Amino acid sequence: MTVQELPGAAAYRPTPPPAWKPLTDPAPLLPDPEPFRVLGTDAAADADPELLLRLYAELVRGRRYNAQATALTKQGRLAVYPSSTGQEACEIAAALVLEDRDWLFPSYRDTLAAVARGLDPVEALTLLRGDRHTGYDPREHRIAPLCTPLATQLPHAVGLAHAARLKGDDVVALAMVGDGGTSEGDFHEALNFAAVWRAPVVFLVQNNGFAISVPLAKQTAAPSLAHKAVGYGMPGRLVDGNDAAAMHQVLSEAVARARRGEGPTLVEAVTYRMDAHTNADDATRYRGDSEVETWRAHDPIVLLERELTGRGLLDEDGMTAVREEAERMAEGLREQMNADPVLDPMDLFSHVYEEQTGQLREQADQLRVELDAEHGPHDGHGAEGVR
Amino acid sequence: MSTAAATAGERTGRAKPATMAQALGRALRDSMAEDPTVHVLGEDVGTLGGVFRVTDGLAKEFGDERCTDTPLAEAGILGAAVGMAMYGLRPVVEMQFDAFAYPAFEQLVSHVAKMRNRTGGAMPLPITVRVPYGGGIGGVEHHSDSSEAYYMATPGLHVVMPATVDDAYGLLRESIASDDPVVFLEPKRLYWSKADWSPDAPAPVEPIGRAVVRRPGRSATLITYGPSLPVCLEAAEAATAEGWDLEVVDLRSLVPFDDETVAASVRRTGRAVVVHESSGFGGPGGEIAARVTERCFHHLEAPVLRVAGFDIPYPPPMQERHHLPGVDRVLDAVARLQWEAES
Repeated sequence: MTVQELPGAAAYRPTPPPAWKPLTDPAPLLPDPEPFRVLGTDAAADADPELLLRLYAELVRGRRYNAQATALTKQGRLAVYPSSTGQEACEIAAALVLEDRDWLFPSYRDTLAAVARGLDPVEALTLLRGDRHTGYDPREHRIAPLCTPLATQLPHAVGLAHAARLKGDDVVALAMVGDGGTSEGDFHEALNFAAVWRAPVVFLVQNNGFAISVPLAKQTAAPSLAHKAVGYGMPGRLVDGNDAAAMHQVLSEAVARARRGEGPTLVEAVTYRMDAHTNADDATRYRGDSEVETWRAHDPIVLLERELTGRGLLDEDGMTAVREEAERMAEGLREQMNADPVLDPMDLFSHVYEEQTGQLREQADQLRVELDAEHGPHDGHGAEGVR
Repeated sequence: MSTAAATAGERTGRAKPATMAQALGRALRDSMAEDPTVHVLGEDVGTLGGVFRVTDGLAKEFGDERCTDTPLAEAGILGAAVGMAMYGLRPVVEMQFDAFAYPAFEQLVSHVAKMRNRTGGAMPLPITVRVPYGGGIGGVEHHSDSSEAYYMATPGLHVVMPATVDDAYGLLRESIASDDPVVFLEPKRLYWSKADWSPDAPAPVEPIGRAVVRRPGRSATLITYGPSLPVCLEAAEAATAEGWDLEVVDLRSLVPFDDETVAASVRRTGRAVVVHESSGFGGPGGEIAARVTERCFHHLEAPVLRVAGFDIPYPPPMQERHHLPGVDRVLDAVARLQWEAES
């Protein structure tokens, strides 16, 4: 028997409990029904030509970087590379919308964002080369270590932004995560903390269609990932992640909103991972060529090129110049990555604690003896390559 | 501890009975007063003062921004603390109970413990994670876990556990001041243990990582920490009736481990029993017994024995007394230290 069938049920009118009222009107928080676009729309005419050209150069450079890094895995110079080919508009926009004092919290697929923010292309790759977990000082560059455990860096972004606000500093944190990462508990906790604390954070979800092999439909039943924002009381923005101008605009607005003290924003960028998950993955096992071809027609570089050439802002010479510059970058990267990194095995014990424990001193002594037996007395600079 | 009580203590300047919970609260207060970057965050730590009242008065004295009631999510609390530490703050996180700290385990293992190392020393995380520890308070399921072995097995963390009121204050001050992350385990059944203690002149405490001999003896060494210290001291007193003069070593810190003090004691006595309430299998006692054996083999008259909690999930409160190592179980182990060789 249900409540409706109970005698007198017709007269039953539930009233809300006395203290109940909605905390937030959900309507203004809802994302657009379609991903926001600029390129190919009337809004493109308002876009700053200088910005579009900058974005174009960075996109081409970024794609070349991805190609070069993937090639380096084939030559054994990188242990692994999770490429962001196809997602360059997200990566580049995330880097360009931040001020120098702001912080970027990249995931393992976001090497490109770190490089576009100014990080040395080789330092950015140490994790994936396998010589150092983090080859740069995060505080010097305001770039957190590339984070492998999914979504676990998101609460860090919240804490850092919160701390900056407590100190009265005008700092925004932008944290990057994939569609698969939105299923993690840390995603939920980070968004909830950020909203409760009104922390100046922008969460950028790159929905590239797949978590390795698992499509979005098996990841969520939400109308969109941007809709998840509403449940936390923050606005969700849905944007075409292959439209660099749209990405730049939406992220800029979210950063500005955070800077004004209005709290966090969740941005879902709809994009596509053109390459496999990493060089070690075989994407043909879970998706067809036709799907990839559909997305190739919506390529971020193609979209921007069409806009720029259509408006007479870019010609064949301009494109060649951009490609040549990207080629020089790739050449430099190739050259630098061909040198074996110099590693001192004794460094393994140097940064576990501020001061080595007795146990670590004993173990360091043991390794030193082994190294001496192998190479003669240890001079503090081991000659071992990493491979 | 209320601020008023602390002030009264200061005025008199004399030692008077204080609980471990009060000493811990005072340590937090003094750390916050001394260093504006120290922030306390956790569940119910603000208005309520924590379920064990350790943070009582902090929000009132330092404001909600320094002692913050967070959403109820341990991974989020510790994850946010990581970000705060990255920005130069010195967060002290309270996990409400040992078994409620597990959601934060990934943050602890993958980030807190590793950040200094993975950044080549560039970004240490001065975070203290306070965890009410262990059983013996009649807590229902999930309120009495012994979790130290998980933390000990994670390089990059310090693991500290006070057993006295003095140490509660001193070790917590040291932990907060440390630039390394510290898991600070607070024995729940000692929260209300009392000692004469002078808050304005607390006993000086050595840096984290030094064990201390709580009771000198010649017959055998009891190696223990936290809530098992009072048990061992009581056992040592009872053992005198049997003619055993037991030495009791309080480790105070499991990481770093003070091999020197422990080995020196066992070399003197020639016999050792490790006592803790954590389960024995895969527990701290195995590591400690191995370290003692490796260093003191030729001084040992008997194998190093362990008295530990059983290898069972923590029992319901009406059964916990059978699980927790008590005086009799300690004395039984001492009796098995091959004394026949003496006669």
